[in-house]
Amino acid sequence: MTASSLNMVEALNKGLHEAMGSDDRVVVLGEDVAKTGGVFRVTAGLLDSFGEDRVVDTPLAEAGIVGAAIGMAVYGLLPVAEIQFDSFVYPGFEQIVVHAARYAWRSKGEVPASIVVRIPYGGGVRMPELHSDSPEALFAHVPGLKVVCPSTPADAREMIVAAIHDPDPVVFMEPKRIYRAGREEIAETPTGATNGNGPNPFLSTARIAREGNDLAIFSYGATVPLCIAAAERLESELDVSARVVDLRSLYPLDVDTIVGAASECHRALVVHEAPRTAGIGAEVSSLIHEKAMLDLEAPVGRVTGFDAPFPQFANEDDYLPSVVRIFAGAKKVLEF
Amino acid sequence: MTEIVRVIGNGGDLPDGEVPEGLAEKDLIEMFRWLVLLRTFDERAVALQRQGRIGTYALYWGEEATQAGALYACEETDWVFPSYRQNAIGILRGIPAATVLAWWRGYGGTHGFWNPRDHRVGPICVPIATHLPHAVGVAWAAKIRNDRASSLAWFGDGATSEGDFHEAMNFASVFKTSTVFFCVNNQWAISTPISKQMASETIVQKAVAYDMPGIRVDGFDPIACWKATRIALERGRGGDGPTLIEAFCYRIMPHGTADDPKLYRDEREAEKWKAFEPLGRMGAFLRRLSILDDAREDEIVSEAKTTIAEAVREMESIAQPGLEILFDHVYASGRPWSYDEALAELRAVERPAEVKPLGPPTSSGAGEEGKTQ
Repeated sequence: MTASSLNMVEALNKGLHEAMGSDDRVVVLGEDVAKTGGVFRVTAGLLDSFGEDRVVDTPLAEAGIVGAAIGMAVYGLLPVAEIQFDSFVYPGFEQIVVHAARYAWRSKGEVPASIVVRIPYGGGVRMPELHSDSPEALFAHVPGLKVVCPSTPADAREMIVAAIHDPDPVVFMEPKRIYRAGREEIAETPTGATNGNGPNPFLSTARIAREGNDLAIFSYGATVPLCIAAAERLESELDVSARVVDLRSLYPLDVDTIVGAASECHRALVVHEAPRTAGIGAEVSSLIHEKAMLDLEAPVGRVTGFDAPFPQFANEDDYLPSVVRIFAGAKKVLEF
Repeated sequence: MTEIVRVIGNGGDLPDGEVPEGLAEKDLIEMFRWLVLLRTFDERAVALQRQGRIGTYALYWGEEATQAGALYACEETDWVFPSYRQNAIGILRGIPAATVLAWWRGYGGTHGFWNPRDHRVGPICVPIATHLPHAVGVAWAAKIRNDRASSLAWFGDGATSEGDFHEAMNFASVFKTSTVFFCVNNQWAISTPISKQMASETIVQKAVAYDMPGIRVDGFDPIACWKATRIALERGRGGDGPTLIEAFCYRIMPHGTADDPKLYRDEREAEKWKAFEPLGRMGAFLRRLSILDDAREDEIVSEAKTTIAEAVREMESIAQPGLEILFDHVYASGRPWSYDEALAELRAVERPAEVKPLGPPTSSGAGEEGKTQ
């Protein structure tokens, strides 16, 4: 297989094929994942390649999906459960919080619930109510879970493979708005999986998505490309060089990269589309204030969704952080 | 209403049934031994709680038949998933009773938890019915791997109101997993009687909706519980899927040591049911079969008392766990960076005087391990 140019859906699909092909303990289960290949086609072709024992269309019941996946993991399989849309995870929330997150702790570390819960999340795709939420902070708040979110096809492929091999339960947030936004060359084999000992960097480190030294913009998922676009505007209009940090791992946060970027740039902005209060941005901002206060020229700014339900889609672009709003938020931090 | 499976009579107007095929004399004695061990653990745990040596405790006194009978029907490779009401079931599979007692004493880590794979016994499940999908997942995984293992999960009548019960039943039914749903219908969910829990006449009828067989048994009869579970497991192993068992009994005791049933029920009713408790009933049955006498029973009871007394000593010899235990094993892949900061924060100050084991420590070592620094 040679390197190929893939979008995020295809990259995730490639990663799933690779993980299933290299380890017969990997199983995929969820609503409509087998025959249709998932409503977003992320699991397309897996049924043909690996058969109905390992690629399973389940009944429509998220507690059942996550709970059965936990049982499979306890037995020794490596299940990848798909939650069809962000808000559909809530019925499975209890299983994730009270069991997936605690099985390692509850078994002396010997039987972690080695599952991946894939959740296509976020707005911008003109969907009915409860198809556009960003619930990642709910999971980042739960000890025992890892929460990750790619923003590029190459990272998506690396991260899904790494998440499947990671012993801990991983909540894998997939930014559905940029599922097919662009293509990227994908390495022939995942690089993170082969780096030997220690945590896989794709599950534990942030990525510098754009270099810069005047302002650090932290984001993840679908808002990363918007931050890059805003940074380009800052460069051309204000001669400001903004560094964009793609967090990738929302728990644990890459404290060194975050604090390092804030210290070096002296000004920082956090961007996400989830509601503001108690969001990932609050944690990033707090970390920076705790660890780099004296390096700062301004308080850390935030451009986020709002403390209101994700709107009906006629107004979703008012709610979602836009390049204009990120630009304005950056200006506010720069002009403080 | 579905007929109740019963083997043990009352020695009077209710005649004994045939001992089912597959249970030899030694099995009946062993099952009796299990009942005694469970009972001894339970009574000792209540005493320990009263003495302030363990925390609040959920009793199962009177429900031993549903545990010992069902477990005895399982093969060693079968997985069982207890709720808190079956908290001590693991001791019948080799988990030290001291570990279970340590769990109730508030200890985690290597003291109070076990590796479920060691004995195929799931962790004590505190939330209601949420372990049922795990039992399904285990049996499903075994099926995918072409292994023989089945699974069994215990839960109460209240659990049948939970969504996870229905989702698990449905998954098991759709994927034909070899899973036994063993419902201990003791007719009470803390203060809520079964009549307020559901409008269905029986629990076993809920099996119909999932197109699986349901068996209703006398939950005070260990042999009936064994028989029903045996039938269910054979069916499951044959590839025909899950079975729902309703073990009809009564919660003779309070829900837990902090519960006062006088607030919500007439305790004379509980007294009436006490006559059916499984230990006395099994003992009398075995005497009618002439395979148990006073001497043998005394020996079994004494052996159980010794085992549990040793477990209590072991539990109380566990030193107060140190600070590290807060962060141990949360992540199998290693500690997040924030744990170092957390430990540093804790170590920078004096440890609260309140951090000490319950009750009087019986070992000179207790309380030492956990000192700051």
